[in-house]
Amino acid sequence: MIKAAFRMPGFTIGFVIAFIFVGAALVSFLWTPYPVDGVDIANKLHGPDATNWFGTDHLGRDIFSMIMVGARTSIAVAIVAVGIGVVLGVPLGLAAASKKGTLLDEFIMRGNDLIFAFPALLIAILITAVFGASAVNAIIAIGIFNIPVFARLSRGGALSLWTRDFVLAARVAGKGRVRISFEHILPNITNLLIVQGTIQFSLGILAEAALSYVGLGAQPPIPSWGRMLADSQTMVSFAPHLALFPGAAIVLTVLGLNLMGDALRDLFDPKLRRDRQ
Amino acid sequence: MLIFTLKRLISLGLSLVAASVVIFFTIEIIPGDAARLMLGINATQDAVDALRVQLGLDQAMIARYWSWVSGLVQGDFGVSYTYRVPVAEMVQGRVWVSLPLAMYALILSTLIAFPIGIIAAANRGSWADWMVMGGTQLGVAIPNFWFAMIMVNLLAIKYRWFTAGGFPGWDDPLIAMKSLTLPAFVLALPQASILARVMRSALLDTLSEDFMRTARAKGRTRRGALVHHALRNAMIPVLTIIGLQFSFLLAGAIIIEKVFFLPGLGSMIFTAITQRDLIVVESVVMLLVFAVILVTFMVDITYALVDPRLRRRA
Repeated sequence: MIKAAFRMPGFTIGFVIAFIFVGAALVSFLWTPYPVDGVDIANKLHGPDATNWFGTDHLGRDIFSMIMVGARTSIAVAIVAVGIGVVLGVPLGLAAASKKGTLLDEFIMRGNDLIFAFPALLIAILITAVFGASAVNAIIAIGIFNIPVFARLSRGGALSLWTRDFVLAARVAGKGRVRISFEHILPNITNLLIVQGTIQFSLGILAEAALSYVGLGAQPPIPSWGRMLADSQTMVSFAPHLALFPGAAIVLTVLGLNLMGDALRDLFDPKLRRDRQ
Repeated sequence: MLIFTLKRLISLGLSLVAASVVIFFTIEIIPGDAARLMLGINATQDAVDALRVQLGLDQAMIARYWSWVSGLVQGDFGVSYTYRVPVAEMVQGRVWVSLPLAMYALILSTLIAFPIGIIAAANRGSWADWMVMGGTQLGVAIPNFWFAMIMVNLLAIKYRWFTAGGFPGWDDPLIAMKSLTLPAFVLALPQASILARVMRSALLDTLSEDFMRTARAKGRTRRGALVHHALRNAMIPVLTIIGLQFSFLLAGAIIIEKVFFLPGLGSMIFTAITQRDLIVVESVVMLLVFAVILVTFMVDITYALVDPRLRRRA
């Protein structure tokens, strides 16, 4: 399976890009070219050169180092937000599917519709208004938004599985709905979940950047790509490198994850694969 | 169709009630006393108590919820804690920036996505298809506020084709539309990319259906069959996405407003958050959610108009 994935160019390119950014985030714990809080006003707004690869910002901080540490924030927020969506959404979706047509199913699905009416930004606005802005609140907001995504997906996937013979066999063997859901249904929808997880991961990175840009995400001094862009806004006309590099980091990461997600979907879905050939 | 519409209306009403409950009680769990917050730490207890009575904060939570909701229904959004001005007045001018921006972006997104998606599907596997697939992949990955910053610097500051920001008001609709064009375009781009991809794959699905072969066998040209038979059948998934996109466009509009310094709901809500002007946050979020739920409702009705089968199923 892994070999087959790497035979797809989209997956390989996406994987390499994702690997670079995850690597940069991990390395930043041990080493960055310069300390990210190393204010050096004398060296402010330098363009990219041999000493500061991506240049310096208005406080003379090294942008390359800030992007490395910023990757940490983006990846952490997106991963935990996907985790919240999976841990809460999948069981809800499985429960709804196992009791299809009952009040429980209706209740869960209408609850999902309700959350769908709140874009992640509005959830973030509500949470921030109550608790103040922070990276944790951004995680919660994006995570809540992910719940209905995974609930719908797993309900849809589970519904078609419940009619299959092997589920019937498990019921005849005396297994209850919960056991069947986790032992027979869940393993069969993992492919769907992995593909969606990759896509929600990339959406999470975009959402974190947007929230930090408007000041609802990670707060100083934690470096974040979105806030770097917000800081650069007034200076971008004479120091374009301030906006260029953090923006490119976001685009590349999201692009890489999307390429991986698309390739995985083709791989897991034989019908699509046949169509493409 | 009437019963279908009625059923949808009931579910619209229920969604609104549920949303208002969620918003109100999220805001209510806030720590601290709004009255004390407004008057500052030096205020006497008597003054704080008087203000609490004036704002209705001394009443029970349910009673406050009821008066908030019944106010909303009558267009009374309460009075801003910070500015002591009715929220409805504050919102009025700003809604007519954010909503038109989102609608404008929705129209642009559709206008861009439809031809691109159709061309890609009709010429599947050609270089045009590859260009569309590559371009849309990039379009989805670019954060629109970053793209907006680049566009402002390029098109507004360097070439001066557009204004770099601000909004002159609706006195001259043409100038107003011009100042919203760049923001709307930037806002539309990622959504147009998604929509074009959905359009392409929906068309490809219908193109392989039997009725398409029948249409060709009956002498329809490729183009005729595509326009008259495939397009209509591909509309259901496309409409779903358009409906979903509105909520993203509305939320996106709030962010894009910051790049272009547009006096919309965005700047108002972010100021209100820093000033802890909760009544403003509460009411504006409710207004935005209302818009999203209303658009979902309209999309549902459009579905039924496009696909008669759905009317009966509901």
